[in-house]
Amino acid sequence: MEDISTGSDSDYSNSWISWFLSSKGNEYFCEVEEEYILDRFNLTGLNTEVSNYAQALDLITDNLDDGIQDELRGSLDVQARLLYGLIHARWIVTARGLAKMLEKYKRADFGRCPRVLCSSQPLLPVGLTDVPYEKSVKLYCGRCEDIYSPKSSRHGSIDGAYFGTSFPHLLFLVYPNLIPPKSGPVDVGSRGNGETDGRRRRREEPDVPTEGIGEGTSTAAVALKADRYRPRIFGFQVHEIAKLQRWQEAVRDRQISKLEESYV
Amino acid sequence: MSRRPTEETFYQDAQDGDFEDAEEGVSGVGEGDEVMQEAQGEDEYSSSTPTSTLTWISWFCSLPGHEYFCEVTEDFIEDDFNLTGLNAMVPFWREAMEMVLDVEPDEETSKIPDVSIVEASAELLYGLVHQRFILTRAGLQAMVDKYENGTFGSCPRVFCNGTNVVPCGKSDLPGYDTVKLYCPNCNDIYTPPSSRFQGVDGAFFGTTFPHLFFQSYRELAPAPFYKPTPQASPHSSEEELPESSTFTNPNPHGGQKKPEGKIYYPKIYGFKVSDLAKNGPRMQWMRLRPLAAEELDAVDWRGRFYEDEEPYDDEQHDAPDRPMEDFDPDDHGEGDDDEEEEEEEEEEDGGKRGHAHGRVRGHDVLHQSPTMSPPSSVPPRTPRDALSPVHTSPTAQKLQTNTGSRVKVMRQWVPSRAAAY
Repeated sequence: MEDISTGSDSDYSNSWISWFLSSKGNEYFCEVEEEYILDRFNLTGLNTEVSNYAQALDLITDNLDDGIQDELRGSLDVQARLLYGLIHARWIVTARGLAKMLEKYKRADFGRCPRVLCSSQPLLPVGLTDVPYEKSVKLYCGRCEDIYSPKSSRHGSIDGAYFGTSFPHLLFLVYPNLIPPKSGPVDVGSRGNGETDGRRRRREEPDVPTEGIGEGTSTAAVALKADRYRPRIFGFQVHEIAKLQRWQEAVRDRQISKLEESYV
Repeated sequence: MSRRPTEETFYQDAQDGDFEDAEEGVSGVGEGDEVMQEAQGEDEYSSSTPTSTLTWISWFCSLPGHEYFCEVTEDFIEDDFNLTGLNAMVPFWREAMEMVLDVEPDEETSKIPDVSIVEASAELLYGLVHQRFILTRAGLQAMVDKYENGTFGSCPRVFCNGTNVVPCGKSDLPGYDTVKLYCPNCNDIYTPPSSRFQGVDGAFFGTTFPHLFFQSYRELAPAPFYKPTPQASPHSSEEELPESSTFTNPNPHGGQKKPEGKIYYPKIYGFKVSDLAKNGPRMQWMRLRPLAAEELDAVDWRGRFYEDEEPYDDEQHDAPDRPMEDFDPDDHGEGDDDEEEEEEEEEEDGGKRGHAHGRVRGHDVLHQSPTMSPPSSVPPRTPRDALSPVHTSPTAQKLQTNTGSRVKVMRQWVPSRAAAY
């Protein structure tokens, strides 16, 4: 079932969804299960967002009558993409949708963080707004917790609302063992199940005695591990930047002590 | 053609050369054209040179993936002083020099089995000279032109809002890492978006260049503080803020550009993810800027707010601390001014003050201090020297060693932590 999203299976080549998923530029999308689309409850409110809603829905579920297909095809395709995108935004925050996106994340289908010190951390798509036609999709890095524009312009033109503002954060809320470490190599692929990872984390923790966190999975002080770039001129730090970085680190340390206190 | 040094006259020519030559700007191109026409024989080893009207340098800079390079003036390369030490790093030095400068090759070059070896040497030589050249005034000027044309691209980070970046290396020695891009707004480095830059050595730009560049062109460097314009709410990451035309940094030597200061707040269904959650934000500090330049002074040289010195440290030293404060009040008066290079005694002082005042009052004290200097114009060393004779009294010294040893432990611990992460 998991491989359906690659769209390579010839059995699916004539379905609209697999055609959509396999066309160039749509690599970020995962397959929404037909069952989910057919449950009208999941589509509540979308009929006001999409014109020709009924035909668009028929098109993406391959139930469109061949007769009208030719006349409307052009405009209907746009509406079908919009509808699929909006359903997709809802789907990927369900348990099954999250699991599907997780597979794509592990394959780094969304690209890798351009920040050098993130060591090619795989990214996750995120929108800046849940309203369509406002902002294009961005990519969230779980390591530096910042958002980046996609490298390629064909991804840069995808609507951010098709992924929504919540998705990456909900993913890490549901799979806290997948929260990337702030330093060290990327090993997202091997972090399959929570059991092993929990054990690894507990083993890693004592390596950092300065943090002093006994609770195995606390993330209060992870920021201390983050690498950062320090601008230097002939080996000497640049005054104004160094001063800003000291201030930022003071803010960091303050947050850490606040978090450590509240974890008790 | 008299300008063109032959093999024999080359070094002599270089010695006669004026060091100021480097500042003449990129003028070597026209001169080189002439040369190339004579040096038709070049084609036998730089086989990929497309036309004879190009100098090797122009050709090299026009190759795909070499867009970041600027053209080093031939005067700069001919000046032996500028090449100090490079001959030890570049194999086939003489042949590489000939290739870069389009000099007619000697007969003996024919004994080199493969021209591609010389091409690699020429590239290395040019790259290393380029690293030095772009730190000169002419080189910086050549690079600022490319910067303003957007040749180097822009920062991929969304909230840097397309700030232009400059190329930089992670090492000054060749062979370690490829070229990276430095963003002056987020002070971070990024991998170039196109894989064609993956064959370019970062050492050809060096670690110093981006920072010297933004020190030289302060109007291009974003200031270290950011105040959102009032009509937008400060915590919203979505709205576009109108550009303020009247932006000034109180520090005349600091960055003079209004920064792109917005940061990303993760949200689930419109609610910010709390940092108390396990997956809550942990890295916002890295992109945060204070609202005003003065807030930067609330942090000591170790990267801590003066008002939240280690609490346990303070409790342990309450007893030896208190008499010290009474003993030498002048000491502390002066200590306040020294913002950057705190000595051990000032750390104690900072802790005391932090406990005495709340956060806001702590700031006020700093701001009102009349001797407070603007952030980077302070020559940081003087107060420490002024302080040292104060502690000649035996009692003071005893107290000093008492607390000093303790603080020393702290001192070693803190920078090592800072360095490690």
